[in-house]
Amino acid sequence: MAEPYKTTLEAQQAPVIEPGYTFGTVTEKISAIVLTRPASNGWFLGFGIAFMMTMMMLYAIGYLFLKGVGIWGVTIPIGWGFAIVNFVWWIGIGHAGTLISAILLLLRQSWRNSINRFAEAMTLFAVACAGIFPAIHVGRPWLAYWLFPYPSTMGVWPQFRSPLIWDVFAVSTYATISALFWFIGLIPDMATLRDRSTHPVAKIVYGMLSMGWRGSARHWHRYETAYLLLAGLATPLVLSVHTVVSFDFAVGIVPGWHTTIFPPYFVAGAIYSGFAMVLMLAIPIRKIYGLEDFITERHLQNAAKVMLATGLIVAYGYGIEAFMGWYSGDRYDAFTLWNRLHGPYAGLYYLLLICNIFIPQVLWIRKLRTSPIALFFVSLVILVGMWLERFIIVVVSLHRDFLTSSWGMYYPTRWDWMTYFGTIGMFLAAIFLFVRLLPMISIFEMRTLLPEAEVKE
Amino acid sequence: MKRERIYGIMAEFDSAQALIDAAKRTHEAGYKKIDAYSPFPIEGLAEELGFHRDEVPLVVLIGGIVGGLTGYLMQYWMSAVDYPLNIGGKPYHSWPAFIVITFEMTILFAGISAVFGMLALNGLPMPYHPVFNVPRFALASKDRFFLIVFSSDKKYDPAGTRSFLEGLQPRSISEVPS
Repeated sequence: MAEPYKTTLEAQQAPVIEPGYTFGTVTEKISAIVLTRPASNGWFLGFGIAFMMTMMMLYAIGYLFLKGVGIWGVTIPIGWGFAIVNFVWWIGIGHAGTLISAILLLLRQSWRNSINRFAEAMTLFAVACAGIFPAIHVGRPWLAYWLFPYPSTMGVWPQFRSPLIWDVFAVSTYATISALFWFIGLIPDMATLRDRSTHPVAKIVYGMLSMGWRGSARHWHRYETAYLLLAGLATPLVLSVHTVVSFDFAVGIVPGWHTTIFPPYFVAGAIYSGFAMVLMLAIPIRKIYGLEDFITERHLQNAAKVMLATGLIVAYGYGIEAFMGWYSGDRYDAFTLWNRLHGPYAGLYYLLLICNIFIPQVLWIRKLRTSPIALFFVSLVILVGMWLERFIIVVVSLHRDFLTSSWGMYYPTRWDWMTYFGTIGMFLAAIFLFVRLLPMISIFEMRTLLPEAEVKE
Repeated sequence: MKRERIYGIMAEFDSAQALIDAAKRTHEAGYKKIDAYSPFPIEGLAEELGFHRDEVPLVVLIGGIVGGLTGYLMQYWMSAVDYPLNIGGKPYHSWPAFIVITFEMTILFAGISAVFGMLALNGLPMPYHPVFNVPRFALASKDRFFLIVFSSDKKYDPAGTRSFLEGLQPRSISEVPS
């Protein structure tokens, strides 16, 4: 009875992995990218540019340490400028990795197996970029460790009623768990690389990273239990991280921040931008490394559908914000809405609506959903839109609050831009190294997708 | 003490199905100290080898409870006992504000327990293991499936075990030097 339905459904959908592969060919194809494929000129060019951008970031941060945060555009009343905008943007991008690897694992979405590895890598690098900003934003970054509860000679402890301290715990836990999740997923593949590589140094390095994995059935059993439990733990964690980030705003009393819609709307926005970044990386990588058989049209479509759904939640968030501005009857909330639509930054708000709400609606069209080029550009637009969203929330809310006498304007300086673009460079440099040094698709999880992996008792 | 010169006898199979059938028959034949190696997790294989006690969930549960208690008690002690500070007129023991960090510490400790508990129970990291002495074992991380009967098994005898394994129609048989 169910069979005809299944076949018609499958006829419509591209497969997760193209037919004709065996355990051996899957292994060879993925591991060859790391072990035998020579680095191309394009790789050196791309990595070189990304590396130079990283150096630019280090230069900007070095100058910041020398001069202080006065080199940035932050002033009173806008004490949270680019640093917080970029922090929220990066940490949001990081969310897609854990969503793909943990939540889709629990939902038994087997298509995740070919994109979870590099989505997790992307998460780690994005969280690393995000972590830079609060640390350099504290003004005296050499004292940033005061955020952690350690027994100091001063005798005082952090103020645990503050969302900023919650954020320290949420983000550091998230970084740790993401790194562990990524590492545990890599162990069996490190064993594959250890056994495949011919270079003595590579053999030793991969051998050490594999922890001596030998694929014993008992080991696999504990491994799968641990992996599943970690996914179960990472699922509430990933939802909590952007919730806590939104508390940084929502617990404050500034109009435009003090709202209960923030946690769900931040989480949806995080997943929205995260999937956009996954697509922006996956589309060129599958083309360059010839991985269209593993990252198929199905993956692109599914990611596009996730973006469409989360984009609509984000649109709902904007709608509720505007509605509450009117319905609450609070004159400051009403003014925040008016100021977004007609204030000095109004152009950015309209651009935000275009980027995050109007343009992504083209994803309703199947033809565009399956076109890599169209998806690439829609993703780029979404990433710009999500950055603008954080800019609107941080800067536009702060620049005109309760007292007209304390209004002000925010203009980012060249140091702000250099730091921001520098982190993009650092992120890309890490991705460039990752695709050359580690298997970017989980080899052992791909094997389980093959028909020959099926057994009956 | 005389050192065992042979660690075990290893049979190589072509498919996951062949391995799971062979593991079942070997276990039923009375061999208890056996193990199977595969390039990906095979459902039900560990149970065929007589493995039923997986302690990872218990380790994770303990880790989570310890983490939650650590998180909450740390905040309580620091804010209400060691250095009470009046902040915005809030109680020293403002428990709702402590929930977020308690939650994060629960996840952190449970997650670390899951990873390191799994590695410890598996006896990893272990860079050297006798099975790596078999050259064909390099394929265990690619597309081949292996079954081993350890020489420490009560029923083990060099010729009899070998002929039993040959009866399972493996692709090849090798002795694992210890």
